[in-house]
Amino acid sequence: MTALLTPGGTHAPHHNQALGLRFSRLGRSFGSPEGKRIVLQDVSLDVRAGEILAILGTSGCGKSTLLRTAAGLDAPDSGQVLIDGDPVRGIDERCAVAFQEPRLLPWHTLRANVAIGLPRSASASTGKAKVLELLELVGLDPFAALRPREVSGGMAQRASLARALARDPGVLLLDEPFGALDALTRIRMQDLLLDIHRVRPTTVLLVTHDVDEALLLADRILVLGRGSADTQEGSSILELIAVPGVRPHDRNSADLGALRSTLLSMLGVTGR
Amino acid sequence: MRLLLSLVVPGLLLGAWQLNSVVGVFSPIQLPPPSAVLAAATELVERGELWLHVAISTQRVLIGFTLGAALGLAFGALLGLSRLADALLMTTIGALRAVPSLAWVPLLILWMKIGEDSKVTLIVIGAFFPVFTTLFLALRHVDRQLVEAGRAFGLRGVRLLTTVLLPAVVPAIFSGLRLGLAQAWLFLVAAELIASSLGLGFLLVDSSSNGRTDRIFLAIILLAVLGKTTDALLGVTERWAVRRWT
Repeated sequence: MTALLTPGGTHAPHHNQALGLRFSRLGRSFGSPEGKRIVLQDVSLDVRAGEILAILGTSGCGKSTLLRTAAGLDAPDSGQVLIDGDPVRGIDERCAVAFQEPRLLPWHTLRANVAIGLPRSASASTGKAKVLELLELVGLDPFAALRPREVSGGMAQRASLARALARDPGVLLLDEPFGALDALTRIRMQDLLLDIHRVRPTTVLLVTHDVDEALLLADRILVLGRGSADTQEGSSILELIAVPGVRPHDRNSADLGALRSTLLSMLGVTGR
Repeated sequence: MRLLLSLVVPGLLLGAWQLNSVVGVFSPIQLPPPSAVLAAATELVERGELWLHVAISTQRVLIGFTLGAALGLAFGALLGLSRLADALLMTTIGALRAVPSLAWVPLLILWMKIGEDSKVTLIVIGAFFPVFTTLFLALRHVDRQLVEAGRAFGLRGVRLLTTVLLPAVVPAIFSGLRLGLAQAWLFLVAAELIASSLGLGFLLVDSSSNGRTDRIFLAIILLAVLGKTTDALLGVTERWAVRRWT
């Protein structure tokens, strides 16, 4: 199959479909001055191709570590991550990450920053076309020639998202990508994410500490945390909840209201 | 406007200097009037000597600075990027850096005799360390998050270096170069004071032993002008580079 046969002719042939992902008995600990600190313990989970999975948990529970192992940025001590059945070894071309901070190269224009995300296999001309298309998708085409410091935080974050999409990832990993944005911008970005997911369905893992965001965007919500107060124990899956209804979920529905209370109490917040 | 303001203090100093020749707080031996310095300059220009002093000093600085800065960049990059090279070489380089640089002079003269080589080598040593240290530290402090983002998008090895690491340290390279250049002029004078028959440092020693305070002032003013000019040239490139890379 050549790129010419795909609609629009701008997609790398092998990455443009959503891929399933499996965490298999994943364990990770870090050495610290006080000794070994177990972060993740025995995490096993199947993420379906094309679904949006939100990962919720208190800070320090290992949400980001879980995401980083999927990206190949971190290696687990035990267990493995499988994407489409193949284990992740090192940085994986099938994944793309957007971080909490935009992490754009300050000396490049937004256009050049988005182009960093292109897969190596992309030719110059298809790459250029794809970058243009993505800048349009995230509404940055009038600002393509600006540098990151010349645009707002929300725009920088959109560029970061476009950079991740430039890979045509089978799995899109989002590490609290809207956490640092103001409330209005966050709502716009959440809508944008759903729009993008409609246009190019891909598997999304979204780490967040915002229960409402998880309820609004996700098909399923994974709650990560320690089973007991024992700090010697690592985090594992506390709960995996399917969110009823169709996206974007109406957060005023009674079902979600009950779910919201459940999730909050799981995260240690009660009486709201 | 800025240029005018920056000339206010030198103008006042010159005025006070001229005033001294009228009031006579210091004797002409201690502080000759500006006109005497100008006359000394004219005399040396007419005899064709001034140009030689300036040219040979500038040449020594340029050669020494270029070599020293190049070595500083090479070693700074090597140790900044490779943990192995750091572990292997840092103690040695740190020890060499701890030696007060003038302590090398007797050895340099013994090895290379009193000629161009020993002087240029001393300047190389002077220019090397600021450039090396600044680049090394800058590479160690490149934003980890940017590096990680680069890695996450498949950049590694040479591509990670040219796409993320080197652009990130461009401003630091220039501050290192400017420090190195200042050191180069410092070490030039040291080298020429110790042993030379030409150059601004020689002009200083020679005038001192002949009681020609006017020429001493001339040499000092020329060093100030030359040092400031070369630094300003580097400063212009620095401003361009900082605009481009940050």
